Amino acid sequence: MERVVKLLLDPKIGLLVAALSLAACSTPNTPTEIHDPYEPANRVAHAVNKGADRVFFRPASQVYGTVVPQPVRQGLSNASSNLSGPRNVANDLLQGNVEDAGHNLMRFLVNTTVGVFGLFDPASGSFGLEARDTGFGDTLAVWGAQEGAYLELLLFGPSTERDAIGQVVDIFANPLDSIFEDGADVAAATSFPSVLNSRFELADTVDGILYESADSYAQLRLFYLESRRFQLSGQTSAENAFDPYENLYEEVYEGLYDEF
Amino acid sequence: MMNSDLSRRHVMAGTASIALIAAAPQAFALSAGQAQQLISQAVGEINRAINSGKSGNSLYRTFEGIFRKYADVPTIARSALGPPARSASRKQLTEFTNAFAGYMSRKYGKRFRDFAGGQVEVTGSRAVKQFQEVSAVARIPGRSPFAVNFMVSDRSGSSKFFDLLIEGISLLKSERAEIGAMLDKRRGDIDALIGDLQRAG
Repeated sequence: MERVVKLLLDPKIGLLVAALSLAACSTPNTPTEIHDPYEPANRVAHAVNKGADRVFFRPASQVYGTVVPQPVRQGLSNASSNLSGPRNVANDLLQGNVEDAGHNLMRFLVNTTVGVFGLFDPASGSFGLEARDTGFGDTLAVWGAQEGAYLELLLFGPSTERDAIGQVVDIFANPLDSIFEDGADVAAATSFPSVLNSRFELADTVDGILYESADSYAQLRLFYLESRRFQLSGQTSAENAFDPYENLYEEVYEGLYDEF
Repeated sequence: MMNSDLSRRHVMAGTASIALIAAAPQAFALSAGQAQQLISQAVGEINRAINSGKSGNSLYRTFEGIFRKYADVPTIARSALGPPARSASRKQLTEFTNAFAGYMSRKYGKRFRDFAGGQVEVTGSRAVKQFQEVSAVARIPGRSPFAVNFMVSDRSGSSKFFDLLIEGISLLKSERAEIGAMLDKRRGDIDALIGDLQRAG
């Protein structure tokens, strides 16, 4: 928490946030469409990421998923996710969400103690404290920062200008560091098996997007933006809904019904 | 002068309201309750299908049946094809629509296969723009519950859903991007696209 505040007061981060607000001026107020002015550069990053997945992440995740038993993989993913507890609490407070801050604090305490350093997740079960993840990207959104342009980052994958700043702050201002020494480094190290586990568990979906679609870049961009907007607003947005009846060409349309 | 103006306005307003009343049952026929009932029925069939123990082509055929019964397939297909639909022949459109229905059933049938043992439950509905949005939640063992939203309209002449969103991701938008990219790969050749669709998914 102190670290986050200190970091926000840091002139460099302040400048970043200011730059974000400026960048956001060029984008529409309600993000309903795809704003992708960096598409050529993003597509290069996408090709690199896809290559990295093909030669490393995909095969590594298959080895990991086959060799390491499911309960062990789940435990390591739980432990990694537990380490984001302090970050969740700090961001809940920055968002003024006291209820979630308390929820996430209790969750972190229960899973760290009863759940043996987070290897188990008793909080979700018997305590009714399900995961409510958040981060600095969410905080920026709550503060009114605009989504900005779509970005595909090298190795980190799909993001936006706002979320990229959130990711940087989440990594470098992890409040875990003020709880125990090198906390953030431990968090970063444990996130690796967690990434491999997700890649293994969601293999069909990820393979479907990356290798079975005609334009994997466009599919990934749509999936990221739509799910992120849904996550932030908690519901589908009416402005964002696509109404096909407004755009149909009547004569062909009616003809089609006759025969179908 | 003023009187005749007034009366003309009355007449016009009167005609307009008659037109409105006449159109009303047609345009606003679909209530939240009706939309919710339709989706509950569809979801019931989906639940039976995912827990039927069927797999492969037999399961995909069941899904294609559900899809054709509850979704506005011609509208979804046309929308996915986009503006090129305007220059397509009637025969091409019919073939495209049939190929598209099969492709959708195979592609999404594969995903639904992972839902075995799960239940989709309708939770509510609300009016959005000119249609109804019915919300549901999917509960699959060993996973966090996720949101499924159905967009329902009766503007095709009967009540059908024209979009399905999973955690906010629109199937319609996804297929518009995908079919557009497939057509680009074939340099706009709709017949070649139909052939690709019959094999894809």
